[in-house]
Amino acid sequence: MDAPLVEMKDMCISFGGVRAVDHVTVDLYPGEVVGLLGHNGAGKSTLIKILSGAYKADSGEIRINGKEVHIHSPRDARAQNIETIYQTLALADNLDAASNLFLGRELTSPLGFVDDDAMEAETRKIMGRLNPNFKKFHAPVKALSGGQRQSVAIARAVYFNAKILIMDEPTAALGVHETQMVAELIQELKKQGLGIFLISHDIHDVFQLCDRIAVMKNGQLVGTAKTTDVTDDDVLGMIILGKCPDGAIPGPGALVDDSVVG
Amino acid sequence: MSDTALSGQKGPTARNMFAALQLDTRLLGMIGAFVVLCLVFNFFTDFRFLTPRNIFNLTIQTVSVAIMATGMVFVIVTRHIDLSVGSVLATVAAIMAVVQTDVLPGILGLGHPAIWILAILAGMAVGIAIGAFQGWMIGYLGIPAFIVTLGGLLVWRNVAWFITSGQTIGPLDETFTMIGGIGGTMGETGSWIFGILAVAAALWLQVASRRRKSSHGFPVKPAWAEVTMGVTTSIAILGFVWILNSYDIPKARLKRIFEASGDTLPDGLTMGYGIPYSVLLLIVVAVVMTVVAQRTRLGRYIFATGGNPDAAELSGINTRFLTVKVFAIMGALSGLAAAVAAARLGFSTNDIGTLDELRVIAAAVIGGTALAGGVGTIYGAILGALIMQSLQSGMAMVGVDAPLQNIVVGTVLVLAVLVDIIYRKRTGD
Repeated sequence: MDAPLVEMKDMCISFGGVRAVDHVTVDLYPGEVVGLLGHNGAGKSTLIKILSGAYKADSGEIRINGKEVHIHSPRDARAQNIETIYQTLALADNLDAASNLFLGRELTSPLGFVDDDAMEAETRKIMGRLNPNFKKFHAPVKALSGGQRQSVAIARAVYFNAKILIMDEPTAALGVHETQMVAELIQELKKQGLGIFLISHDIHDVFQLCDRIAVMKNGQLVGTAKTTDVTDDDVLGMIILGKCPDGAIPGPGALVDDSVVG
Repeated sequence: MSDTALSGQKGPTARNMFAALQLDTRLLGMIGAFVVLCLVFNFFTDFRFLTPRNIFNLTIQTVSVAIMATGMVFVIVTRHIDLSVGSVLATVAAIMAVVQTDVLPGILGLGHPAIWILAILAGMAVGIAIGAFQGWMIGYLGIPAFIVTLGGLLVWRNVAWFITSGQTIGPLDETFTMIGGIGGTMGETGSWIFGILAVAAALWLQVASRRRKSSHGFPVKPAWAEVTMGVTTSIAILGFVWILNSYDIPKARLKRIFEASGDTLPDGLTMGYGIPYSVLLLIVVAVVMTVVAQRTRLGRYIFATGGNPDAAELSGINTRFLTVKVFAIMGALSGLAAAVAAARLGFSTNDIGTLDELRVIAAAVIGGTALAGGVGTIYGAILGALIMQSLQSGMAMVGVDAPLQNIVVGTVLVLAVLVDIIYRKRTGD
């Protein structure tokens, strides 16, 4: 197999004495979707925010295509073609779709002024591909539905040729139809060879979309497994009890002795 | 099929025609309120309110607050506040006054032609430094803007006092006082030239924007809507110039001007004031600030940060440094406003700019800047300043008692925001 696209080794980060991420090691291959699972507060989002540059790890090593990189800010992450779609969407509600899509990377005219028309043209192109029903190009994004907002957030990641995509609960706020749209998009991006970290609470989603899962509990990695090697119940056991089933590779957070759990 | 659909529609409805103009209804509402206000005052002052003379005076009285209000828009849009602008104005005015009366004449000689500009540059530098320093405390040290600038309100007011030992400094340099208002105007010919250039620029912008949009294949307004817009803008600009040109320089003053250059005043000659340099300065500030707000990354980041600071941060925007920049701009504009205010008085007084922070914030808020952040326009703030000033001087002309004047102004401020909230709820904007 090729070298992993992303390797995060022994990542640690603490907030005021709480070990939010405790020696976690995960990896991601091109064309693969890895689901990150765990309770609220298990450390999934924190781990992913280290990769996206929102937090700085206390220790650990990040390798992209086998080369060690240092990610100190969202800009560094973007320079590595890492794009993130946050749970809270990270859109500026008062701006329109094009301004949000290009936020921080505006297209400018030769004189250095922001070129709104060019950005709108590009936005129309990409939205035509992702969500052909999207028409509200001049409205601030707060006037859009959850699905439309999500497609703006996804368009942002896709437009800038992400190699590594982080999706934090991409379908949490969406209806059935829109969820299906996101699922299809993930399949298409996979085909293009992107690596995707998917954070989700929905076990059904995870089995449908992911190739592998990594389960976290109390900041530690319980284990990783191929979705074909484990069952729904196995995964629930990993999330709730920290119990690592036979088909999974146990991590430092795995429960060693079953009998401890009453 | 599309033919039948078109023929089925019996001409555009009034609503459709209105929508085709793509006007900012909020702005129209404000202009409407302003016009009503002016007409009411005009009626109660026996038609003295809407004379060229009073309109001229209104514009020069508005300039100082309006210049600062444009900066306050950026500050409030990024969810901050600046309570120190009146005091910063005082400090900068004191420095400009001291530099041009004490410092520079000693070096360059009294009446040197470069004194006025050096004094302004020195003052602006101080204004920018004060603003940047306050912005640094807010952005990097995390002290709330309200506290930093409340402290600034006390500190800079008294730094000004300290610099001048409480004295009134003046008289100020003659060239310097020309940016104050009536002492420096462009004259009739100059104003007409400016008006025509402004119309040409406005029309060119409109055409260029339409061409750019259609080159991308976007829908554009119907031609009649464009023409209506162009004609309206042109009439507004030229009408403004015409009014300011219609305010004639008084005979006695004209005579003195002619005598000063060794001529005598020809019989029957009248000359209008034209556009004051201070108003020209305000127009330049308005244009620059609007371009910054709408066409630069800085402006885009200011609005993005106001809309969602976390999103801005995650998009790689350095929101801390942005805060410094926003307050530095505010400081620079306070510096400019200080020059105008001091030049208008001809002196730097101890109480210059007192309560200006409130007028400036009120102007920005009446102009549609939302304290919750993310929303605001430069032209709105300037219109807000104009409405505030019209209200104040209109009531004074009508003869409303001073306490009642302030009661009305305060009430109007609150009501204006209430109307704005209702409007936004209705339109979902």
